[in-house]
Amino acid sequence: MNVLLGALAKLSPLSLWRNPVMFVVEVGALAATVLAVVTPGFFAWAVVGWLWLTVLFANLAESVAEGRGKAQAATLRAARRDTTARLADGSVTPSAALKKGDLVVVEAGEVIPGDGDVVEGIASVDESAITGESAPVIRESGGDRSAVTGGTKVLSDRIVVRITQRPGESFVDRMISLVEGANRQKTPNEIALNILLAALTVVFLVATATMQPMAIYSKAVNPGVPDSAALTADGVTGVTLVALLVCLIPTTIGALLSAIGIAGIDRLVRRNVLAMSGRAVEAAGDVSTLLLDKTGTITLGNRQAAAFQAAEGVDLRDLAEAAQLSSLADDTPEGRSIVVYAKEHFGLRERPVAGAHWVPFSARTRMSGVDVGDRQIRKGAATAVMKWVRDAGGRPTAEIGHLVDGIAASGGTPLVVAERGRVLGVIHLKDVVKQGMRERFDEMRRMGIRTVMITGDNPLTARAIADEAGVDDFLAEATPEDKLGLIRREQFGGRLVAMTGDGTNDAPALAQADVGVAMNTGTSAAKEAGNMVDLDSNPTKLIEIVEIGKQLLITRGALTTFSIANDIAKYFAIIPAVFAAVYPGLDALNVMRLATPQSAILSAVVFNALVIVALIPLALRGVAYRPANASAMLSRNLAVYGLGGVVAPFAGIKLVDLVIQHLPGLS
Amino acid sequence: MTALTLVAVLALLYRPLGDHMYRVYSGDRDTWAERLTYRALGVAPRQEQRWPGYARSVLAFSLVSILFLYAFQRVQNHLVLSLGFPPVVDHVAWNTAVSFVTNTNWQSYAGENTMGHLVQMSGLAVQNFASAAVGLAVAMALVRGFARGDSDTIGNFWADLVRGAYRILLPLAFAGAVLLVAGGVVQNLAGPHEVPAVLGGTTTLTGGPVASQEAVKQLGSNGGGFYAANSAHPWENPNGWTNWLQNLLMLLIPVALPRTFGRMVGQNRQGYALAAVVAVIAIASIWLTNVFEAGGAATVPQAAGLAMEGKEVRFGLSESATFAASTTLTSTGAVNAAHDSFTPLGGMMAMVGMMLGEVAPGGVGSGLYGLLILAVITVFVAGLMVGRTPEYLGKKIAAREIKLASLYFLVTPVLVLTGTALALANRAGLAGTLNTGPHGLSEILYAFTSAANNNGSAFAGLTANTPWWDVALGVAMLLGRFAPMVFVLALAGSLARQTPVPSSAGTLPTHRPQFVGLVIGVTVVVVALTYLPALALGPLAEGTGG
Repeated sequence: MNVLLGALAKLSPLSLWRNPVMFVVEVGALAATVLAVVTPGFFAWAVVGWLWLTVLFANLAESVAEGRGKAQAATLRAARRDTTARLADGSVTPSAALKKGDLVVVEAGEVIPGDGDVVEGIASVDESAITGESAPVIRESGGDRSAVTGGTKVLSDRIVVRITQRPGESFVDRMISLVEGANRQKTPNEIALNILLAALTVVFLVATATMQPMAIYSKAVNPGVPDSAALTADGVTGVTLVALLVCLIPTTIGALLSAIGIAGIDRLVRRNVLAMSGRAVEAAGDVSTLLLDKTGTITLGNRQAAAFQAAEGVDLRDLAEAAQLSSLADDTPEGRSIVVYAKEHFGLRERPVAGAHWVPFSARTRMSGVDVGDRQIRKGAATAVMKWVRDAGGRPTAEIGHLVDGIAASGGTPLVVAERGRVLGVIHLKDVVKQGMRERFDEMRRMGIRTVMITGDNPLTARAIADEAGVDDFLAEATPEDKLGLIRREQFGGRLVAMTGDGTNDAPALAQADVGVAMNTGTSAAKEAGNMVDLDSNPTKLIEIVEIGKQLLITRGALTTFSIANDIAKYFAIIPAVFAAVYPGLDALNVMRLATPQSAILSAVVFNALVIVALIPLALRGVAYRPANASAMLSRNLAVYGLGGVVAPFAGIKLVDLVIQHLPGLS
Repeated sequence: MTALTLVAVLALLYRPLGDHMYRVYSGDRDTWAERLTYRALGVAPRQEQRWPGYARSVLAFSLVSILFLYAFQRVQNHLVLSLGFPPVVDHVAWNTAVSFVTNTNWQSYAGENTMGHLVQMSGLAVQNFASAAVGLAVAMALVRGFARGDSDTIGNFWADLVRGAYRILLPLAFAGAVLLVAGGVVQNLAGPHEVPAVLGGTTTLTGGPVASQEAVKQLGSNGGGFYAANSAHPWENPNGWTNWLQNLLMLLIPVALPRTFGRMVGQNRQGYALAAVVAVIAIASIWLTNVFEAGGAATVPQAAGLAMEGKEVRFGLSESATFAASTTLTSTGAVNAAHDSFTPLGGMMAMVGMMLGEVAPGGVGSGLYGLLILAVITVFVAGLMVGRTPEYLGKKIAAREIKLASLYFLVTPVLVLTGTALALANRAGLAGTLNTGPHGLSEILYAFTSAANNNGSAFAGLTANTPWWDVALGVAMLLGRFAPMVFVLALAGSLARQTPVPSSAGTLPTHRPQFVGLVIGVTVVVVALTYLPALALGPLAEGTGG
């Protein structure tokens, strides 16, 4: 109901003015209405009715697209309810009056009054209002998890937040206006397409208008022919002329163009990605280089045990046992993976160890371990553990060095395991590439997108992982400056670059990238610099974002092609309907064998209007997208929307004609 | 047969001629004759121009040419070799001046019966070279827009103009003229002769520098005949060999230009793709014209066995149909038969050839830039369907580019259709038609199609040397030539400024049969949609027996 009201409200010429094609339809419908009032008749009124429906259907498409965003905005508004804020100096102020730089105190159970960075304390925060994710997240001062969003709720502890937003420009405010499409700007490609559609509209306006003198001439040189509902001595009747014009101008794409754009942003929103501008979504389709962080995107977050290599004279099982024992209390992901590996490959079960003294990892010793009775077991970085062994009087053989180097060379991380004075062997820790990544990257390559892995690892490790994951290139030991430099280099060659980032030091690169996706867990600086925010903070989503961008452009192109291809059939319906009376030979063009001239013209108009409704779901969903190279993709879309666009209206108009030819006023 | 040998010879010359033109426009060497010309014109040929400067030069040169040609005709009675003709009437002189400077060569005057030898040689023939060289120059400027990156400039008009005229048109025209003379075309400065006619009485035949003018008339896609009868006149086109040669000359440069384009953008395959577009459309048009003529369904052709009315017996039906298709496809407009007497559908093919926007292969230079505009529009729609914002040869087709391409593409349909509508809606316009009914409409439609597309061929039948027609067609020619040129140059400027985007597997390839088919499809569909109502009430109504 709201959607219908919205569609009616959009009939105002002031709002239609932005869409030249539909504006022409509305003016035509208005003119036809006047003509129908002057010389009424069933045919005239039927055409007028369907012309108005054409405009209405176009507005409906836009309203439906906006409606989805409106529902989302309503939930967000609930989160933005006004609260009071407690300033650090003790005074209380309404949250709407907070200025940039204000320090506010938020305690457990309170709602954070505005966007900002935590400057003091640590707290768990419920961000479900914006992310939809119910598990609380940790926010702490310093580091890359310091950003908090206004409207979210602190569940435990107390934090001091420095406000970073200006009044009325909070993240939630921006989200609301984005999903509502309130101040939606046309994107560059949308503007270009609108120009082409306007040009086509002008061509058809001229073709229709200039047909009139030709029609008058043709009627005059065939004096014996009686007047018809479509053609009199004064030329083609006004209603018919408007009908022809509306059928010819690209109404299908004109009606659906803005819905396609809104739906594209909406598809992102439903994947929990907020695009700050439609321009960014479009740019995503054009991206030719993807910068992907290794950790979390390409590999699972952590390294895992992949093999145990025993030193000479040591039983592999003893090594496994020692490794497991030293890791039982180690709840780093690496430590847990060692326990799991020992269980899976050596059948060693976890067990409680009585009287054990756990030695935790420290940056100074660079090893961890356990003391059980007189056994002392340590595992850690090769140099640190070797030194510990030597200090205890042991003599590690050169063979251990070879094992360590071998693992490092293959891109793994060696962890040496030793028992007081004796090296037992080496654990091979390995980055585990997420499943299916290689296939994704192959797909990307077929789409012409280069993938570059960014990592802080040394080049050796980086190369090994890059090879395993199948990325095209990698940037090892990457500093934020290196990242920025890489982006600039790619852009200088004319490429568009997309990246993800979360830290403050990612901000310059995020700003420089054509598509910069900031993680919601990241700092405000990062969120400010990027042009998209991923609420799920899942860097792999970059790939989906690119696909959504492409799908948006394909949908536009496909419907434009369909719209233009449709015109052929409409000519075959209307030209013979109007002129077969004066030139009977032209009836040969009536290949659809439409019943009467009136039914033919009305059928074309009805089909033209109905096809808009029929295509609304497609416009909202986007055309089916499968990654492929450009040629294959084009062939498929041309077959469906080009060829389909030529054929479909012949069938459609004929069907409508079969139904309406029995109406009394059309014979 | 003619068509087959033509295709073979054109294929043979595609590379050498295209490469030669590439060297002409890319080299940095001037001949002494060129240096002399630059000094006389007071221009600096090495000074690169931005697009507005280039466009101003094109317009200034053309304006001066029109004024000069107009004045020349108006004072011809005071000049030598005038053969005693009076000054050309003002509206005819205006129409002719515009016509020759716009490379249209619509002839509102009666050839050898209006113009003295001096005006023909130093006025009209000079423009045959100059207007063709201007077309080539603008095409090269657009190609540079694609070839260059991060550049403000698109070349120097004066250098392009002079080089095109001196190194491409002059040598080829000279060779063509020699071959035509060898074939029997007259070349002298004689005046009118009274000769006894076959059926008694006498007839007047005028000699003149025909061969020299004839070669460049075909070569530069001009088409303005020395004689009013144009290439149907036995002294202008005496036999099958000269007819074949004239056919070849008009196709030569436009067909080879895609090669030049390919060389300049550094990808010959892009040139082959455009050449393939041209070949498919042209061969299909020539074939259809032949089919429609040979199948002439009207009463007279059936009685006579062939639709030979208005055709020269020394050429026959097929040579006439092939020539008609070539002359309309190339914006030349020379005729060796009366298109008015063609079968309705054969005559429609001649119109369609022009309505395509003169792109297959089109006029000298103008054909290439028209084709590139169509490629840009094709890339825009098709490019979206591969999921990227569209790009052609590494240049993004964004709002500004599509705006200029759309404006280019709007000009001729608007001129043709509004011109036709205006003519039909007023007494002065209708007064010119010979026939009524759909054929009368065809005559008018043909005239505006020919003028706005700078073709210059006439459907005959139409008496177009009245003030109304001279002015109306003059305006159509002028706008049809220079408005698109300005849009093309602006497009060149905006393309040259862009940094080229490297192509990848995700880029729409523009050298494959798929793209060739797409450009053909877009061209044909858009033309059909634009002109179908007009064609339905003219040739189609007539051809379907209405």
